[in-house]
Amino acid sequence: MAALVIAEHDNHVLKGATLNTIAAATQCSSEVDVLVAGSGVDAVAQLVSQIPGVRKVIQIDVPYLADQLAEPLAAQILSIAKNYTHLLAPATANGKNVMPRVAAKLDVAQFSDITKVVSEDTFERPIYAGNAIATVQSSDPIKVITVRTTGFDPVALTGGSADIEKMTAQADGGKSSFVGRELNQSDRPELTSARIIVSGGRGLGSSEKYQELIAPLADKLGAALGASRAAVDAGYVPNDYQVGQTGKIVAPDLYIAVGISGAIQHLAGMKDSKVIVAINKDPDAPIFSVADYGLVADLFTAVPELTKAIS
Amino acid sequence: MAVKRVVDYNVKVRVKSDHSGVDIANVKMSMNPFDEIAIEEAVRLKEAGIASEIVAVSAGPAQCQETLRTALAIGADKAILVETDVELQPLAVAKILKALCEKEQAQIVLLGKQAIDDDSNQTGQMLASLMDIPQGTFASKVVVADGKVSVTREVDGGLETVQLSLPAVVTTDLRLNEPRYVTLPNIMKAKKKPLDIIKPEDLSVDITPRLKTIKVEEPPKRSAGIMVADVAALVDKLKNEAKVI
Repeated sequence: MAALVIAEHDNHVLKGATLNTIAAATQCSSEVDVLVAGSGVDAVAQLVSQIPGVRKVIQIDVPYLADQLAEPLAAQILSIAKNYTHLLAPATANGKNVMPRVAAKLDVAQFSDITKVVSEDTFERPIYAGNAIATVQSSDPIKVITVRTTGFDPVALTGGSADIEKMTAQADGGKSSFVGRELNQSDRPELTSARIIVSGGRGLGSSEKYQELIAPLADKLGAALGASRAAVDAGYVPNDYQVGQTGKIVAPDLYIAVGISGAIQHLAGMKDSKVIVAINKDPDAPIFSVADYGLVADLFTAVPELTKAIS
Repeated sequence: MAVKRVVDYNVKVRVKSDHSGVDIANVKMSMNPFDEIAIEEAVRLKEAGIASEIVAVSAGPAQCQETLRTALAIGADKAILVETDVELQPLAVAKILKALCEKEQAQIVLLGKQAIDDDSNQTGQMLASLMDIPQGTFASKVVVADGKVSVTREVDGGLETVQLSLPAVVTTDLRLNEPRYVTLPNIMKAKKKPLDIIKPEDLSVDITPRLKTIKVEEPPKRSAGIMVADVAALVDKLKNEAKVI
């Protein structure tokens, strides 16, 4: 009756989402193992072994896992899946990519994006962009799960001492290969793990205004940058800034929405934030219905004023 | 390529008072927006002389014929409806699609990355897995050349590109393309294109639902906030009341 968590990492750094996923796993089973599959992942495996509550770290280290391609990664997970009742990964781009592949091969259903563990076979998950919460149950022998990280507080990073077991990798089928990656370099915190997020919408009017107004405020607060779908579609910022149903789901301590009207699909991505601030010139904008503090104002004067007022 | 009939994205759904699900009686239904992007991409592949035939597939109740007619109007050559009133979950749809892909000898299967009703984001990956073929999910660019497909994917933090041998599954993200408007002449033409209706039994696949929905509830409501008069008041609230800065 053990659970296996698929660690998310870039071969060097463990992604925070893994800690929320381990938290969800401990609610499914008292025995939680973590799979660290990648290339040159000794340091990541070492780090995971110190997480309290982890029984064992399984390390599979081979060059063709360096880029976490779904096909070879799923094969590794499947090679040990039968030892577990629960397989969990964070509902990140990687987790969403690989887990359904695992579930299909096991001929079991997948629970996507769970926000609560009700019991070992029953989970809550949002549907219809978070406008409804479904409680779903399965009698499949293995539960394959992706975890919405905002639903679970992360476990601590130190205090444990699990064994690391190195396993031989399953062969790569050779049907997919990695070509390249263009990651947006930034010194700012990552959107999904940031404590504060400043998001801009179409009200900003241009990419230049986004950089001129939103970026300095974010820097002053040590915040991550986000955006509405409208701002992304208009080309103000790259795609991965998008917060919403089909973008990133976030729940920071403070979310500042600037010039964002608050379409359903945007609210779906941020309404679990602890404190929401909305700045918009339209007093009827739906964003105000979820905001703790609303300011009806011209953002072109209010935002610089706010940046200045924060010492 | 596969399409799903879903509640239109503009509709705000209501949870039924008996908590058995959401009320979709008398609400507007449309093609899942991500699937519209998938059909558009398929048509572009055909226009570029890469794809020879586009088969649009849907599974569900008889009304899915309307969704398939839309796919035909956008540019699919023929359509297949696997008609059933059983609640179809991603694994069952993947099994249906696998049977049809084998029958039609599909080289590229295009699907939306997720349906906007159950937000599962599973079917494409499951199909690729069942068929033992590679997958390019969350695609923002698709290039087919030399018997391979290069897919640029939207991932956390940016983009990555993978190259896949064919056949392959590609699931579409929002910014892959902008679907064309369906014109009246094309709607008329679509009425004459073939639309076959078959049953899941004809494909001998097991579509029994695996997940049981115990209840569906409204999400917890956020309590109403307050409006502040100016920036100074906002900063004061954030510092002294919310204590977040």
